[in-house]
Amino acid sequence: MSGRVLVGVKRVIDYAVKIRVKPDNSGIVTDGVKHSMNPFCEIAIEEAVKLKEKKLIKEVVAVSCGPQQSQETIRTALAMGADRGIHVEVTGKDYEALGPLQVSKIMAALAKKEDAQLIILGKQAIDDDCNQTGQMTAALLDWPQGTFASEVALEGDKVKVVREIDGGLETIKINTPAVVTADLRLNTPRYATLPNIMKAKKKKIANMKPADLGVDLTSRLEVLRVDEPPQRQAGVKVETVEDLVGKLKEAGTI
Amino acid sequence: MLGWSEGGQRRGDVSLTYHRLNIPSTTRLVRVKGHLVSDMANPLRGEVIRLYKNLLYLGREYPQGSAYFRERLKSAFMKNKDVTDPEKIKKLVARGDFVIKELEALYFLRKYRAMKKRYYEPEK
Repeated sequence: MSGRVLVGVKRVIDYAVKIRVKPDNSGIVTDGVKHSMNPFCEIAIEEAVKLKEKKLIKEVVAVSCGPQQSQETIRTALAMGADRGIHVEVTGKDYEALGPLQVSKIMAALAKKEDAQLIILGKQAIDDDCNQTGQMTAALLDWPQGTFASEVALEGDKVKVVREIDGGLETIKINTPAVVTADLRLNTPRYATLPNIMKAKKKKIANMKPADLGVDLTSRLEVLRVDEPPQRQAGVKVETVEDLVGKLKEAGTI
Repeated sequence: MLGWSEGGQRRGDVSLTYHRLNIPSTTRLVRVKGHLVSDMANPLRGEVIRLYKNLLYLGREYPQGSAYFRERLKSAFMKNKDVTDPEKIKKLVARGDFVIKELEALYFLRKYRAMKKRYYEPEK
């Protein structure tokens, strides 16, 4: 086994930023807005780095698809402990149409090219909330998948994954090579401190285009409109308990 | 600062400086503005500057804003600028390292709680 793990990291609008819809409802405002690594991708990187620290795997490769600024996200991954990065350059209209299908095609092509033993992705991105890339990548490669992982253990040439599912927890054992998607409770990602960022400057980021990997980026989806969620109705204040009971009865809740 | 040498000395004359200043050759000499100076007085200078830079970097994500953080960081360091006792400096640097850990924990908890609230059902 190559001992190489590919980790996909996505540059998204920072989780703490208030999202604003463009006046023409064609999308959301991204210019000048703070971006950072998708929180679930941070968890994915942390897991890969932990596996390397336990000497269970040999190399962590961070991959990001997007414009020039995606390199900042890769730098953060390198500061967290990844060994090298791959920036797949996607810009303009292609970037606007970039979704799980295109990214999973890129990840699948890279997995073959880099002879990856494991792919770890975040379970979903906080901007589109698709929760599809991991699953699609596994399908394209015909690899087993352990999604919503809250625990990952390498056991020889198999991976034991504890999955968070609606009913509770499910433990599965899958063969490698495999795709794993990280859930919130998998681990606690380390902070990329300034000294680590400085050290990571020496690490290499390779540049390539989707065409180099033979990937077709055409999207089958078209965004028609983006709207804000409906405003919350203002609450009603009541004076007495009797009023409260009366109002609740009116609303039909009691 | 002890051990100022004559300005503009060539690098090869470092050993002469030890001899001339009558200081042990184990003392670290650094070049400050062309002069060779003993680093004994503030060997912790580098550490303090490093701590300041690290805290400043962390402050960019501070909930009340990076400008707010920067003001307080600067005044906290300025308050102690005349401390010379290495033991005291080491203690202050250790406190700074502790603040770094607290900030990292703060940032993690904020993010974790936000994600938990957005993506998971509240526990009954």
